[in-house]
Amino acid sequence: MNKSEFPDPFEQARLEKGIAEMNDQDDPVKMVLRLRDLRKTAHNYKNFTSAAVPGRIVVPSEVNIRKTRQIPFELDPPVHTDYRAAVEPWFKRPLEEPYQAKLKLIIEELLDQMISLDRVEVVNEFALPLQSRALTLLLNVPYEEANLWISWGTHVFRSEGEALDGAKANILYDYIDAQIDNAIANPGDDLYSVLLAKEINGQKLTREEVKGVLVLTFAGGRDTVINAITNSIAYFAEHPASMARLQEEPEIIKPAIEELIRYFAPLTHMGRVVKAGTEICEHAIKADSRVSLCWASANRDASVFENPHEVVLDRKINPHVSFGFSHHNCLGATHARQIMRILLELLPQKLKAIQIHNAQENIESLGEFKRKVGFDRLEVSFTGHD
Amino acid sequence: MAKITFITTENERITLESTSGSVMQLAVDNDVKGIDGNCGGVCSCATCHVHVAEDFMPKVGPAGEIEMDMLEFEDGFDDFSRLCCQIEISEELDGLVLKVAQ
Repeated sequence: MNKSEFPDPFEQARLEKGIAEMNDQDDPVKMVLRLRDLRKTAHNYKNFTSAAVPGRIVVPSEVNIRKTRQIPFELDPPVHTDYRAAVEPWFKRPLEEPYQAKLKLIIEELLDQMISLDRVEVVNEFALPLQSRALTLLLNVPYEEANLWISWGTHVFRSEGEALDGAKANILYDYIDAQIDNAIANPGDDLYSVLLAKEINGQKLTREEVKGVLVLTFAGGRDTVINAITNSIAYFAEHPASMARLQEEPEIIKPAIEELIRYFAPLTHMGRVVKAGTEICEHAIKADSRVSLCWASANRDASVFENPHEVVLDRKINPHVSFGFSHHNCLGATHARQIMRILLELLPQKLKAIQIHNAQENIESLGEFKRKVGFDRLEVSFTGHD
Repeated sequence: MAKITFITTENERITLESTSGSVMQLAVDNDVKGIDGNCGGVCSCATCHVHVAEDFMPKVGPAGEIEMDMLEFEDGFDDFSRLCCQIEISEELDGLVLKVAQ
């Protein structure tokens, strides 16, 4: 199999049943596999809540390692609406030109450095530094801060064995606490200070709420962005004509971003907690149980997408759900899309070829399914133009 | 050349001219408030929801099936709703008036 191929393990279950079940720390999850069912479920916040015990809507559940509610992610409308509106303008800053110019410098510098090396391990040497340095822009903190975040490794909640790791999570929480203390003592123009000064309906955000936004920002945009970058590098290594096409036809860059994100689905799924017993796709769903919205499966739903298992860079109609759907669509999507846009512009400008030497796949276990979501290691050579 | 008028939720009227491309791109290029076009025009984000003036509906046409699947979950969805990334500019649309949904 090609290294950049990402098989769809859900196809048979999606066609035959529409729902699949997996256990997760004795709090089972019914996975919603079809796009139409997923959209209905995601939209119905009144019965499929995000405002459960903090960490419970995440799969694997984080209830044992986290008490802080992620905001606005773990709220339902109408409360969610106010919090989302309060933070949204900050997370739209990646649309501003100075932000994009700084982001381009970060990616350009890293690519130049990679070209100068014989071999590069993409996950740790390229995607992780890129994600971390780009995050300094989103938080509006000094560039050097990224060095510490890079030292934490690819996942802020997981150690090498991929299991949830409370001690590792505490490193992040303690760090955010210290940064909030700094911002209280010396307010600046960073995200911590901006949130501490923010009012919603005449009430200032509490310290715990500020922490909740920051935990979301750090955790939500880490392995997702790293997967999107690394998987894209693998794809263009094996499809050099597609990489060249990005330069010849720059108008396909925007659809190409959406298509790569659809195909890779960097986050497999996200949960909700059921309030009252109901049915999805003729399957009984119990009150206080969990369902998950399986973005990765819905993105391959052949009743919506033609040739769903192929990457069609200029796909015209692409209603994918990799950034979620409805009220909780990804807050960091603007930032992520700008990273991808600049990367896709620079790759063919800077590189003649990418050669893969070794790849170690990152395979998730989801009950009966095994899903390739990215790579633990991807060793390549980047060859620049002469 | 088609003149297209956007009416924002704050009742600001913005009239723009173009010959080709999508209505969403025209709006985004001219900073029409409420038209974000986050996904670049592939019908995945629904941040370009507009209501088409009734008399123009026959020329603009109804939403396609996939577009309709997106629209039905949008606030303010009605018989005149379209995602304007799916409306191609042509001479025929000269005089089109669109109300921005959000």
